[in-house]
Amino acid sequence: MWKFIHKLASPPHFYNLAPKLVPWFTVPGVLLVAYGVYAGLFLAPADYQQGDAFRIIYIHVPSAYLSMMAYMIMAVSAAIGLIWRIKLSHAVAAAAAPLGAWFTFLALATGSIWGRPMWGTWWEWGDPRLTSELIMLFVYFGYMALRAAIDDTAKADKASAVLALVGAVNVPIIHFSVEWWSSLHQGATLLRKDGPAMDPSMLYPLLAMILAFTFLFGALLTRRIRTEVLFRERRTRWVKDMVLSAKGRN
Amino acid sequence: MEGLTMGSYGAYVWSCFIMGGLVLLICDWRARSLQRKVYRDIEVRIKALGDEL
Amino acid sequence: MKPRQQRMLAVGLVVVGVAVAALFTLQALKDNMMFFVSVSDVVAGEYPQDRNFRLGGLVLAGSVEREEDSLEMTFKVTDMRCEVPVSYTGVLPDLFREGQGVVAHGRLDGSGVFIADTILAKHDENYMAPEVADSLVDHVADQTAPLTEYTTGCNEQ
Repeated sequence: MWKFIHKLASPPHFYNLAPKLVPWFTVPGVLLVAYGVYAGLFLAPADYQQGDAFRIIYIHVPSAYLSMMAYMIMAVSAAIGLIWRIKLSHAVAAAAAPLGAWFTFLALATGSIWGRPMWGTWWEWGDPRLTSELIMLFVYFGYMALRAAIDDTAKADKASAVLALVGAVNVPIIHFSVEWWSSLHQGATLLRKDGPAMDPSMLYPLLAMILAFTFLFGALLTRRIRTEVLFRERRTRWVKDMVLSAKGRN
Repeated sequence: MEGLTMGSYGAYVWSCFIMGGLVLLICDWRARSLQRKVYRDIEVRIKALGDEL
Repeated sequence: MKPRQQRMLAVGLVVVGVAVAALFTLQALKDNMMFFVSVSDVVAGEYPQDRNFRLGGLVLAGSVEREEDSLEMTFKVTDMRCEVPVSYTGVLPDLFREGQGVVAHGRLDGSGVFIADTILAKHDENYMAPEVADSLVDHVADQTAPLTEYTTGCNEQ
């Protein structure tokens, strides 16, 4: 087991393995998006309250879920990197941050567009769910800015890992904000004790989109980690040999 | 065509789906361009250094 | 202790420390974290006196009255126990309807009427097709029945 993990975490091995892994994420991801978008827009019935506006859920919920998932991946990798000093795990954390920031932006933007016709407002300052998600976007920005500001990779890894750990407290706050405080945002639809409060005809496209976004995120993250590994190993023998033999370009 | 108007919510719904597609495309393009840039920088440096490395 | 265990402990302490600090901060800010004040709290006088605030609740069925040829309207907001009359002039969100959750921003006038400058609609976490919702109408009717009973018990609390 440990031998396998060490081999996987070895930079040249991961660099060569990644391109073989990516299609296993991309292909199911694209197929599920195709089904999810079609079913979400045209097969699922309009909602009894929100009409067709509820279809925004098929972009909003997957991106909101990914924004938190990416953060957890970033924080856990950062912790593993700090404790076990595994080079690859810091690369994972660094690669997850920009992707997480993009999906946080997408969750906020689609939520805003959804809020305008339904709630009657683009944005409400002081709403706990909206505010905590916005704070997460700024934590992502802070994480990336901190990394960019420190030239020494090892120091950047350590400092940014601590920031990632501190910011992790926000993730449960985002999730439970609608339970702990009064909010304009409604409570959880999917993660409930008594099962999803959603018609199956609307639920399946949503689950497909969540799975699709997860696969596509997996593909993007794998590619990002690979580039991060290449950059970190730029002065090593194996990279020099690889580049001289004109391999591993894409 | 009727289904595309989304019962007067078309502008909201479509802009969200288009934005979702754009974010995925941007992430894809960014991953590609970053990989090329990092690889090219290494290539240039190795060629400049020649046998010194 | 091995260096690795020390680092594990340090990471654990950071996470636990931040969580505890956040817990205390949020506990201290509990009231300020509330996006809106409930109807019962407003009736009990527990609301910011010196500034505008948000009032949250359900639109009481049968209470919506609109002025003719104008955007002026009045309705009552309830939390199934108490109710507060609201007066508002302006455009309503698409989801505004009787029985719907709303958040009104504004202030109380001297006579206990909430003068709203903004009305936002809340929706619930349930998603279903209109036909399915129609078949639940009886169920909804059951729920609105005790509404009037509850509202009369407000001041006895």
